[in-house]
Amino acid sequence: MTDVRTTLDRVSAIRGVRGAMLVSAVDGLVIADSLMDGVDGQAVAALASSLVGRLSRATSAAGMAAPAIVHLRAEQGSVLAVPAGSDVLVVAVTGADANLGLARLEMLDVARGLA
Amino acid sequence: MADDIRAMTAELATDPGSRVFLELGEALRRRGQPEVALKVALAGTARHPALADAHDLLARVQSDLGDGEAAFDAWMDALQTDPSHLGAHKGLGFLYYRAGDLPRALRHLEMAREQDDSPGLAQGIARVREALEREQASAVAEPSAAELAGVPFSLDETEDDAGRSALGAQRSAHAEPPSRRAAEDDLFNGFDGARDGLLLLDHNGLRLGGGIRNADNRDVSDAVAAHLAGVSREAVRTARLLDLGAWQSVVAECGAGNLHLSAPTDETVLLTTRDASVPAGRLSVIAERAGAAARRWLERVS
Repeated sequence: MTDVRTTLDRVSAIRGVRGAMLVSAVDGLVIADSLMDGVDGQAVAALASSLVGRLSRATSAAGMAAPAIVHLRAEQGSVLAVPAGSDVLVVAVTGADANLGLARLEMLDVARGLA
Repeated sequence: MADDIRAMTAELATDPGSRVFLELGEALRRRGQPEVALKVALAGTARHPALADAHDLLARVQSDLGDGEAAFDAWMDALQTDPSHLGAHKGLGFLYYRAGDLPRALRHLEMAREQDDSPGLAQGIARVREALEREQASAVAEPSAAELAGVPFSLDETEDDAGRSALGAQRSAHAEPPSRRAAEDDLFNGFDGARDGLLLLDHNGLRLGGGIRNADNRDVSDAVAAHLAGVSREAVRTARLLDLGAWQSVVAECGAGNLHLSAPTDETVLLTTRDASVPAGRLSVIAERAGAAARRWLERVS
C-alpha cells in the first residue's frame, strides 16, 4: 500500500492536481488516495466510477472499445479517470491551471503498473 | 442537533460500515437538512452499492433537493439490485406521473401495490388510471401533448438495448411532427459525419438529429442516446459536487476512436465521434462548431 501511495503522490504532486486516488470500478469505493484537504474522496470515487461505467455502456452501444482515458472538463477544473484493468480506476481531480498533459501521462503510467 | 441524530452520527463514526446511515439519512431529510442527508446517502451508497435501500435513500434526498433526474437514476439503481423494491417503484411512479408518462407511472405504482395495500397508494393508482383513460380518449382524436413533446424519461434500464432502441424509434416516429423531421436533415448539413459521428439528443436520451453507426453500419443512435443521457447527468452531478463549475465536455479515448460529449444548450447533449487519427484538440473544435450549428437549428425548429 505504501508503494501505491507513493505512486499516487507522484500524480498529486503535479501542478494544479488537487488529488489522486485508486477507486474500485465495481463499487466506487476508495482503495487508496493522496488528496488535498477539502476534496471529498468518497464522493469523487463514487461519481468517477459511475461516470466511467455509464460511458463504457455508451461506447459499447456505439460499437467502440471501452474508454482508456476519460476526461471531464469543467469551468474550474477537471476529473481524469484511467481504467487499470477492469476493476480499478486511477482518478485525479485538478484545478483549471493544472498541467493536464503531465497528469495524463503519470496516470497512464500508474495504470500500466497496476494492470 | 437532536440526540437521536447525534447518537447515530457517533455510531456511524465508530463503525463506518454500519447500516445506521439509512436511519440517519432519513432523520436528516425529515428534519429539513437535505444537504447533510445527501452526504450521508452518497457515502452509504458508495460503501453499500448492493443495498437497494441505500439507493432509495439517495433518491429520496435527491428528490427533496429537486433533482428529479438524479433521483430517477438512483431509483433505477435500487431496482437493479432489488427489482421489487417498494420505495423505488413508488418513487419512479411519482416521477413518471409528474413527467406525464402515465403508462409507466401506473406500471410502477401497480408493482408497489403488490406489497403495499395502503389506501393512499390505492387512491394514487385510481387517479393515474383516470388520467390515463382521459389521455387515451383524447389520443383517438389527435396526438396528445405528451406524445408531441416526447416523454420526459425515455431511459428505462430494465429494458434491454434492443427493446430500448425499438422503443426510441417508435417514439421518434410518433413524437416528431413532419416539419421537424424534415428540418432534421438540415441539422448538421455540410459537416463531415452528419449521419455518422454527430448525434444531438435531449437530456432525456431522445435523439434529436444526426446519427451514429457501428462497425456493421447499423444505426445505433437510439441506444447510444439512451445511455448518454445518464452520462451527461453524471457529469453535471460530478462537476457540481466537486465545485468545479459547469461541465464543458467529457472526452473518452477509446482505442481506435475518440468520443466527445458537450452540451450546446442546457436541454441538449451533443456527441461527436471521430477515429483516433483526429487529435483531441481538433475533435473539440469540430464539436464546438457542431454545437453552434445545433444551437442555430434548435432556434429554427423551436
